[in-house]
Amino acid sequence: MKRNLMFILFTLVVVLLIGFAFAGCKKEAKEIVIGGVGPVSGEAATFGQSTKEGCELAVEEWNAAGGLLGKTIKLIYQDDKGDPTEAATVWTKLITQDKVAAIVGTAMSKCSLAGAPISQQYKVPMISPTSTNPKVTEVGDYIFRACFIDPFQGTIGAKFAYENLNARKAACIFDVGNDYTKGLSEFFRDKFTELGGTIVAFEAHPTGTTDFKAQLTKIIAAKPDVIYISDYYNDVALIAKQARELGFNGPLVGGDGWDSPDLVKIGGTAVENGYFTNHFSKDDPRPIVQEFVKKYQAKFGKVPDAFAALAYDAMYIMLDAIKRAGSTDPEKIKKALAETNINVVSGLVTFDKNRNPIKSAVIIAIKNGQQVYQATVNP
Amino acid sequence: MKLNNNSIFSKILYFFKRRIVLFLIASIIVMLIIMLLHTFDILNSYIIQIINVSLVYVILAVSLNLINGFTGQFSIGHMGFAAVGAYTSATITTLLLKITPTSLPNYIIFILALLAGGCLAGLTGFIIGFPSLRLKGDYLAIMTLGFGEIIRTIFNNINFVGGPRGLLGIPKFSTFPIIFITSILTIIIIRNLVFSTHGRALLSIRENEVASELVGVDTTKYKILAFVIGAFFAGIGGGLLAHLIQIAHPTQFGFMYSILVLIMVYAGGMGSISGSVIAAFVLTFLSEGLRVALASLSDLLKFPVGDQWRMVIYSLLLIFIMLFRTEGLMGMKELKFLIPEEEDIHGKCS
Amino acid sequence: MDISTILQQIFNGLQLGSIYALIALGYTMVYGIVRLINFAHGDFYMIGAYASYGLFFAIGTLVASSFSGPTAAIVLFLIILIGSMISGGAIALLANQFAYKPLRNKPRLSSLITAIGVSMFLEYFLSALPVVGPSYRGFPELIKKATYNFGPAIVSNYVLLDLGVAAVLMIFLTVLVKYTKIGKAMRAVSQDKDAAKLMGINIESVIATTFLIGGSFAGVAGLLAGLTYPRIYPYMGILPGLKAFIAAVLGGIGNIPGAMLGSYIMGIVETFATAMNSLIGEGIAFAILIIVLLFRPQGLLGEKVADKI
Repeated sequence: MKRNLMFILFTLVVVLLIGFAFAGCKKEAKEIVIGGVGPVSGEAATFGQSTKEGCELAVEEWNAAGGLLGKTIKLIYQDDKGDPTEAATVWTKLITQDKVAAIVGTAMSKCSLAGAPISQQYKVPMISPTSTNPKVTEVGDYIFRACFIDPFQGTIGAKFAYENLNARKAACIFDVGNDYTKGLSEFFRDKFTELGGTIVAFEAHPTGTTDFKAQLTKIIAAKPDVIYISDYYNDVALIAKQARELGFNGPLVGGDGWDSPDLVKIGGTAVENGYFTNHFSKDDPRPIVQEFVKKYQAKFGKVPDAFAALAYDAMYIMLDAIKRAGSTDPEKIKKALAETNINVVSGLVTFDKNRNPIKSAVIIAIKNGQQVYQATVNP
Repeated sequence: MKLNNNSIFSKILYFFKRRIVLFLIASIIVMLIIMLLHTFDILNSYIIQIINVSLVYVILAVSLNLINGFTGQFSIGHMGFAAVGAYTSATITTLLLKITPTSLPNYIIFILALLAGGCLAGLTGFIIGFPSLRLKGDYLAIMTLGFGEIIRTIFNNINFVGGPRGLLGIPKFSTFPIIFITSILTIIIIRNLVFSTHGRALLSIRENEVASELVGVDTTKYKILAFVIGAFFAGIGGGLLAHLIQIAHPTQFGFMYSILVLIMVYAGGMGSISGSVIAAFVLTFLSEGLRVALASLSDLLKFPVGDQWRMVIYSLLLIFIMLFRTEGLMGMKELKFLIPEEEDIHGKCS
Repeated sequence: MDISTILQQIFNGLQLGSIYALIALGYTMVYGIVRLINFAHGDFYMIGAYASYGLFFAIGTLVASSFSGPTAAIVLFLIILIGSMISGGAIALLANQFAYKPLRNKPRLSSLITAIGVSMFLEYFLSALPVVGPSYRGFPELIKKATYNFGPAIVSNYVLLDLGVAAVLMIFLTVLVKYTKIGKAMRAVSQDKDAAKLMGINIESVIATTFLIGGSFAGVAGLLAGLTYPRIYPYMGILPGLKAFIAAVLGGIGNIPGAMLGSYIMGIVETFATAMNSLIGEGIAFAILIIVLLFRPQGLLGEKVADKI
């Protein structure tokens, strides 16, 4: 019995090893393989799920429109669990085994940072949909991104709070273990003080917590005019609820992490009087936006969030670059990517010399449970 | 005269017949074969990467086994030590490369940085080992968990090492031969320790602490010793990991990763070095192999079975392993390679 | 910090402590009797929350149409309460039957690994299952939220509800373990399994009962946590489960009033540590725990057990 089991386990490993060795061999010439990466399991799974759906939708549209360079596009979407070690392994797999032409991924900056050096080493262009850490694209000239970087949104948020909401005292709350939310809050703080306002409280909370009352009690005791919440929608909803419960009625401001239909579903009336910076507004009459929202709803039965929209854009930008390059030669794709000038869901995208997108931001208000377009801010 | 000659010759022969030497030679042959296969691309970089990750986990699991399996302590904050090692060595290499470009060969810088990381981790182990003198079992577990989380909080708040952004731009010094040789050295050192007089003392603490104290074992000294050595190798493992994936991030050393190493120790069999090695390989290959398996399943069923099912199957298989091999894959046994010849005479031990 | 902030923080800490207590009570009871660190306990809690959520959408409108006014809310709450208990208890029984029972007489740490396996399975399975999925869901407001002014501090009715339920469950457990026949059997099993068997106690059924009760407590905790912090997702059990485990150990693991005490201390320490410096709040909280444990190595209310030789 014992020996049998050991034997079975060892054969399993051996079979897998052989499987690995041969899996790389089959490759059809009729396909262009694109790698996708995102955390579809683990605590960030819901972000990875949206990213995956955005990528799938874009690939489906392109395939329906006749594919790419006369070939069909095959998307191989891999899970990184939100773990840098797995991300590094996945990148190696996609490049050396699946022989992808390009990679779209991944959601978390820390994972993109583990993947980027591998992309750079093997010269496989990658575009990250939602990694906001400025360092990601600094790894090398094959690395691009589709989202804003931290300083941009924090600065716009501070300007909006100071000029449009007439706030003079602001408080920040962010996730201590997440560089995106910490970065946004830090840039908000810097800009807000530069404009002449004061930051009365700058509070952090641990990742995954549900109770923010200790921080909020301290914040509210400092009497801010506005609270800047740089978290993702799931935390924002809880923070808003608890802030309202503790008696704060002023406006709440945040970043694109807010953009999800679940924000209002979880937060209810607490997120009213909330404003956030985003890539696009669902009210935007441009056909590509309306088409995207409609198709996404038809396919997945829900309103797209920021992760889905950015993944869709990232995939679109990448496929467009391959099309313009006219081949899957990485050098040409890289060059085409740098010359990108395309109208996607989040507006007209071009890249600066650090391969970060230059695109305008919109400010969205939450009124009666609806996202209402407020203003467009150009970079 | 004749006798003398003969004895030198027989000594050499005896040396090469010793199992541990055979083990070393066999490992080096395996390493060369893998490298050869990689050169001809029969084993692609993906598999080499998985082997690398497995080997890092081998170091972490074997070192935790020294604390938990052989000494019978219950530490669940092992990744805290790895964090100290990773951050220390990565800071040294990134800084040195910035200041003095290649006055020393890279691998010497790397080895020194790894050792520094290991030593600092060992120092942390020394500090954390102290509570173990007062606390037992689950109370000790909470203590180590708490220390692990404190270490993580500290790194999360030092902006010099990147805070929640992580420490970036670490050079890729962890190549397959370096990781391989380090893990083999770890195995041999811990094996030699366990089968020495000191190892006997550790085992006696596991079996019965009070009784071992009564027969004159300095339990205080040995418990601290286990923590220091375990932490030292965890620090080395952490350093290798950081230089393998080129980023050190506080979340990589969180509680869930300590639990993963703990699983490897117990699923391999506590108090079995070979068990930890096998479990580290089986579990790492399993989690990657399921990707390929699910992809072929999707092709077969013409229905997309996403990667999210990977961990579902993984956790089920973990439960099954424990149900069928209740004492872990190897139980308390050791592969013969790792048992010194002297043990055969004394009968089975450990 | 002025006095009103301090008072408010005390209430915040009490609420957090109540949620920990609800989970820690089940945790410590199972530990006390089976000596198993049931890592999956936090996931039973998650199952309880999801069951309540599902039940609300399944029968919510039906109940609202059959009863009128406030009765509807009360009936609905009671049905969901029972539903959450049943689901938590059932999942605990299943886990016991398939993952823990076969390892009963094996090394204690083998079942620790299966417990981790069960925990991972429940999380990843629900997350992968298309009907549940990994997304965050808003928990319905079953009881209308009201806030009271308690001096300068603001307290919601949920805080009082959590406190009340935690207290009731603790008293229930203490009475059950101390004064009932099954409680006697539980204590016998925890002291000496073989002797208990010789006395004619059916060990397996006692253990199953323990899991049933522990699991149903976790289910209730899931419901209340869903109400208090209205956001549920498949990984919601990890952090509270860990914190409850720490609280149970702090109070002296296996000790029921100890778990309660440990939870409230954890809640208040965490709240004040966060208020002091939120960047390293968790670190401070852990440091305090370590100091407490150094002075009371057997936990706050735990008894010192002499080693057997």
